Amino acid sequence: MSLSNSVVQPAVGAGARRSHAGMLQACLPKLVLAPSVAISLFFVYGFMLWTFILSLTNSRMLPSYEFVGFAQYARLMANDRWWVASTNLVVFGGLFVAICLALGLVLAILLDQRIRQEGALRTIYLYPMALSFIVTGVVWKWLLNPGLGIQAMVRSWGFENFRFDWLVNPDMAVYTLVIAAVWQASGFVMALFLAGLRGIDDSILKAAQLDGASLPRIYWRVVIPCLRPVVFSAVMILSHIAIKSFDLVVALTGGGPGYASDLPATFMYAHAFTRAQIGLGSASAMLMLGGVLAILIPYLYSELRGRRHG
Amino acid sequence: MTSFTSPFTKTSLAIASAAAASLAFSSAQAAEVEVLHWWTSGGEARAANELKDLMEAEGYGWEDFAVAGGGGETAMTVLKSRAMSGNPPSAAQIKGPEIQEWGELGLLGELDEVAEAEGWDELLPPTVAEIMRHDGHYVAVPVNVHRVNWLWANPEVLEAAGVELPTTLDELFEVGEAIREAGFIPLAHGGQAWQDATVFESVLLASGGTEFYQRALVELDEDALGSEQMIEALETFKRLRGLMDDDMSGRDWNIATSMVINGDAGMQLMGDWAKGEFTAAELTAGEDYLCAAAPGTQDAFTFNIDSLAMFRVEGEERDAQQALARLVLEPTFQEAFNLAKGSIPARPDLDMSEFDQCAQQSMNDFQRTADEGGLVPSMAHGMAVRADVQGAIFDVVTNYFNSRDMAAEEAARRMVNAAQAAL
Repeated sequence: MSLSNSVVQPAVGAGARRSHAGMLQACLPKLVLAPSVAISLFFVYGFMLWTFILSLTNSRMLPSYEFVGFAQYARLMANDRWWVASTNLVVFGGLFVAICLALGLVLAILLDQRIRQEGALRTIYLYPMALSFIVTGVVWKWLLNPGLGIQAMVRSWGFENFRFDWLVNPDMAVYTLVIAAVWQASGFVMALFLAGLRGIDDSILKAAQLDGASLPRIYWRVVIPCLRPVVFSAVMILSHIAIKSFDLVVALTGGGPGYASDLPATFMYAHAFTRAQIGLGSASAMLMLGGVLAILIPYLYSELRGRRHG
Repeated sequence: MTSFTSPFTKTSLAIASAAAASLAFSSAQAAEVEVLHWWTSGGEARAANELKDLMEAEGYGWEDFAVAGGGGETAMTVLKSRAMSGNPPSAAQIKGPEIQEWGELGLLGELDEVAEAEGWDELLPPTVAEIMRHDGHYVAVPVNVHRVNWLWANPEVLEAAGVELPTTLDELFEVGEAIREAGFIPLAHGGQAWQDATVFESVLLASGGTEFYQRALVELDEDALGSEQMIEALETFKRLRGLMDDDMSGRDWNIATSMVINGDAGMQLMGDWAKGEFTAAELTAGEDYLCAAAPGTQDAFTFNIDSLAMFRVEGEERDAQQALARLVLEPTFQEAFNLAKGSIPARPDLDMSEFDQCAQQSMNDFQRTADEGGLVPSMAHGMAVRADVQGAIFDVVTNYFNSRDMAAEEAARRMVNAAQAAL
């Protein structure tokens, strides 16, 4: 809003004979934005609403409008696989965001020590982000396969009892998703933090040094609090990657063994599109949306309010 | 019509009808069928092309609407959106109970005239014909028959282990142990839900028999699903895990087949599409690889039939559609298509001399089981129950198979729940 005002003001002040042009200019941003607003209203919020409506119906193969109240939600709550998927999302999302932030921060701090070849190293760490999750998934699938990858390699070195079979272990499969996703995204978080570190005013650090603070203390008390906006952006980006994770699961574990590494997104897809249960799929999609909102709204609120006051 | 023709003489009537016929013919040339299918891999695409050529030889147009993606999930999504927008194709590759679902939506057209003219009732085994009908009318035409309960084996591995092909479940375990002792993986398997279900239904068929299979997995009889027989079948199924390797999780079926081809593994339980892999490796049935009914299911035949369902269309397109239905079941296409795809023709009266040994055995068993009973739809391949029930059963089967501590009783109980939830 503030941007459009500042653009408009000179034109208004230029005189009455240019008022037509002024009006046009005043309307222009709105006119230009109108189609995209209309499109996103319809395709994003309209379809969200439609999904909600479908979740209240008994739609199976094709959408129907026979309303059954919250029966689909009740079925979902009774569905064992849904609970596995939801628990997995909490485990996967929590670990993924936390490890990416920690690793990204450490890498950024290490890379910020004015080392040689920083550009090359930065590129190396950032590169995985350029890959699609499908590629990451397939590569890690091979690496983690006990008969092909890391386990087989270590055993071939003579450590016959070495075991690293998380991919085929129902209790551990969800952690393989964390490994692959962290590998992919932590370099990106590092780049974000690096930009944040470079943005910190040197004089603050010098002042802290003059006050006799040790290096770890400077980082802990001064630098990291300064990075708070970066953490905010990183959490936003990482959590939406975590929640919409679909391709990684499909490529890496296929949801298996059994459905041990299923996530809500794969659950939703399976039920809405391959199992002819559009109603149940819509209900799970709405719960996913609810989950996202429940986490993000308080976070957004606290962060943005905090910033306004600060 | 009769009141209209009465003022005309016989000759003028003849001329008129000839003109009408030629008119109909010229318009038929313009008529097109649009066929949605997912026969997109090499052999399959060649097979589908066969049908296109036949249609064009009869003067009809063929608009190919191929949507790639193995199990047809993408194709089904496309089909649903087309149907919802009121513009379905003339025919689509739909199979099993899904035909009934589309029929209930009132979207399918009838094929009764063609069926009567061609005598489909006599041609097709009753079990198959029933799947092609909705509400007593033919709405779909079968393209091929896949047999699911097959055991594939590498003869060199069997020889090295000094064993023969197993014919019962007990023998399967004995042979498996011998193969393991000889240093091979006894049973190649891919840990995907549908493959788990494929093996499970063969085990259930062997341990419980056809009648039990029919009650449990087709009729979803709750007593059968929770019975002792079910628990026994589940336990045997879980024991099979001991014959498989540890790295199977997520493996594709064709990778498992190639383990048999390369001699890493001795046997695989898989439908006859596996033959495509053996053929591609230039192996000969009966010499380089062996095929037999899954142990203990010699008198049963779990079928997986691809079919083309016909949507309700009008006018010229309908003529073309009826011609398509007729051509699909004619010997020329049945033979060409199934030779290319590795399945067997849907009509048991064809000459099978062109086909390989496995296909010939498949056809014999198809005829025999159709006569004696034992011809049952495959649950794992969407022929027996609707997609939602199938999915729920898959969840139970694959979870049980992969779980370290779930008891068979618990799995049977969940199976009953799955069937109840679907009703």
